[in-house]
Amino acid sequence: MNPLMRRERGPLSGPGIVVAGLRKRYGSAQALDGMSFSVRPGVVTGFVGPNGAGKSTTMRAILGLSAVEAGTALIGGTPYRRLRRPLTHVGSLLDAGALHPGRSARDHLLWLAHSQGLGARRVDAVIGQVGLASVAGRKAGGFSLGMRQRLGIAAALLGDPPIVMLDEPFNGMDPEGIIWMRGLLRGLAGQGRAVLVSSHLMSEVQDTAGHLVVAGRGRAVADASVAELVASASGGRVVLRTTAAARAMGLLARAGATVASDGGESVTVAGLSAERVVALLNTNAVPFSEVSAHRASLEEVYLELTREAVEYRAATSEVPR
Amino acid sequence: MIASRSGRDGFLPVLRAEWTKFRTVRGWVAAMSAAALMMVLVALLAGMSGGPRNGSPVPIGPGGEAVTDSFYLAHRTLSGDGGITVAVASLETVLPSGPGGMEPGVVPWAKAGIIFKRSTDQGSSYVAIMVTPGHGVRMQYDYTGDIAGPASPTAAPRWLRLERSGDAVTGYASADGTRWTEVATVRPRDLGGTVHGGLFVASPASVDGPGTLPSVSTADFTGLGVHGGWSAADWTGTQIGPDSPTFAGYPPPASGAFTDDGGRLTLTGSGDIAPATREILATGGTLRDILTGTFPALVAVMVVGTLFITTEYRQNLIHVTLTADPGRGRTLAAKAIVLAVAAFATGLTGALAGGLLGTWLAEAGGVYVFPVPLSAALRVALGTAALLAAASVLALAAGAILRRGAAAVTAVFAVVVLPYLLIAVPFTPSAVSNAVARMTPGAAFAVQQTLTPYDQVDSVYTPYTGYYPLEPWAGLAVLAVYAAAGLTAAAVLLRRRDA
Repeated sequence: MNPLMRRERGPLSGPGIVVAGLRKRYGSAQALDGMSFSVRPGVVTGFVGPNGAGKSTTMRAILGLSAVEAGTALIGGTPYRRLRRPLTHVGSLLDAGALHPGRSARDHLLWLAHSQGLGARRVDAVIGQVGLASVAGRKAGGFSLGMRQRLGIAAALLGDPPIVMLDEPFNGMDPEGIIWMRGLLRGLAGQGRAVLVSSHLMSEVQDTAGHLVVAGRGRAVADASVAELVASASGGRVVLRTTAAARAMGLLARAGATVASDGGESVTVAGLSAERVVALLNTNAVPFSEVSAHRASLEEVYLELTREAVEYRAATSEVPR
Repeated sequence: MIASRSGRDGFLPVLRAEWTKFRTVRGWVAAMSAAALMMVLVALLAGMSGGPRNGSPVPIGPGGEAVTDSFYLAHRTLSGDGGITVAVASLETVLPSGPGGMEPGVVPWAKAGIIFKRSTDQGSSYVAIMVTPGHGVRMQYDYTGDIAGPASPTAAPRWLRLERSGDAVTGYASADGTRWTEVATVRPRDLGGTVHGGLFVASPASVDGPGTLPSVSTADFTGLGVHGGWSAADWTGTQIGPDSPTFAGYPPPASGAFTDDGGRLTLTGSGDIAPATREILATGGTLRDILTGTFPALVAVMVVGTLFITTEYRQNLIHVTLTADPGRGRTLAAKAIVLAVAAFATGLTGALAGGLLGTWLAEAGGVYVFPVPLSAALRVALGTAALLAAASVLALAAGAILRRGAAAVTAVFAVVVLPYLLIAVPFTPSAVSNAVARMTPGAAFAVQQTLTPYDQVDSVYTPYTGYYPLEPWAGLAVLAVYAAAGLTAAAVLLRRRDA
């Protein structure tokens, strides 16, 4: 079993999303190939993966917009299509452009509110929350992508749902908008909501997400906390900084370590603990200025995990069968 | 978490949401308002076009309907009870052939017989019994009443008799003048105490494809006998209604005539004594003509109906709609109801305002408008509203099935507008236009028919002239079936397909 796949930890403490074994095919392409993960309350779950990994298809399946050939997607134990007043259970944003260009922002939210038995007061509240109060009466067709994202967020928050699901919400946002979005996502999770945010860029979610689901080729290749992911990718390696790189590498290799040099003063050591490395160097009087545990960046982890998927696609597209 | 499988508690919010959606797109509301406005504007234009100046009035029968009352009569007066008997020895018809020429022809509803008529004024109450070339012996009264007598004998002479007793007049027919068959006893509406009684010949226009040819008929009468309170004067030949909007006159050089050649009386006449049809009263207007604006309104309503869902597909808004309410059939139903109500209100407003204003203007301008009983007027108004409502639902269904505005608009125009145009052009063969008005959604225009076709009048009864092959509500039902089938197909596809 993939060590980055979450082990079962018993029932969810609150409403969340449980996706299990989703399979879906578009023509000859397997869009979803056993996609499984869960989204827990109180934490932002980043849903990352390259374009085409199945993130949007998964979200559409969760919302009952796309039928799947196998598997289940449950909202607190219930399929989305059986939810009553669904926006009070799950708030979602799939496509910021999904609005009628001739309808004002406020009217767009108003019909949504009416569909859930909500009134205009709730509309005004979420418009204020996303900072669109001054343009609420304007036709949404004239909005920038960033403004549309905010409007989409307002729609997702309309029903005050315990679960929020956003597909690429950072697209088209200016730096200020990105900072606002991060704060909003953290705040939502802080209120105990389950938050699922997809992105094809790890950098967009790494500072916000406490949990990551990495998608590749239609399945989750990792489903773990950020700390677990970093630790696993770091693999217990030690970074050694020394002016006598060649001597140190020979010594450590004879002691059973796998060593790699960057060509300068930095040597990466795998297979020996930091304490053992320090002891060996001291015993043999090899000078060094630093010995530290290697900490992989999330970006590295992501690239590592998704490389296979990307290469696979490149190969299949270039070699006709 | 509360889950709901069904529907009923969830439908009102969806309906309200779709209504909010509809009313918050200014273009849709504007298009619906414009549709109603077009109906009124076209009605006003139709009404203002005005009628013939200083023309003779359209003769109106005792039942209030427009009539043709132009024929040749040889008459005396009969006070109180009495009777008349005659044998129709021959009845021959000629039709124009080339300039100034005439040739023998057959007009099935040419008439030769005897008549009691309240007066020689057009439109007055009457009862008559007659022989016809194509329909045997008939007893007719007050223009719309028509009773078939013995189908045969076709061989001349055919004997006819009318007996008046109080309000009742009984008609008899005989092949030999001795053995009589009672045809019927009728009570004309307003015959009066003294009637003009005598012999008559009428010769209605011959229907020739999409038009008509005037005809002239000549009949010989023998064995004339009368009893009762007849005046002592000689038989007088009179052309009834020589100048009338419902009479085209004699084709030159023919004219009406009456001769008495020692007991053999000969009458030559043209025209008819019958209810007027649209073909005969071409200058008359109908409520349908006044409501011609229904067509542009229909186009507007169908475009809105299509866009109501195709814009959602174009913008991916359908995803938001279906996440707000995953009940797909329910969402489609809510859309259909909202559209239908909006289109119905549009149509009702346009039909009521346009119909009333247009009719009033037309009549003020001297145009004869074929009369419409209140029940029929209500049927036209409600039916027109329902027509627009059903068409908008059909357009919505096409939009939901095809998911692209241009394709859906093209499709609904092909099934609704094209049939309308086929009906609206005069040169469409009547077989084609009748088939179109039976089987396509264009059948629904029957709901605007205010003209009555008559079995006893041969005329151009085509959808173009305002006579539809289906009853009004049946025609509307054809469109409703299309809309229901379309909506069902759309619901199935919406459920089955990924959004």
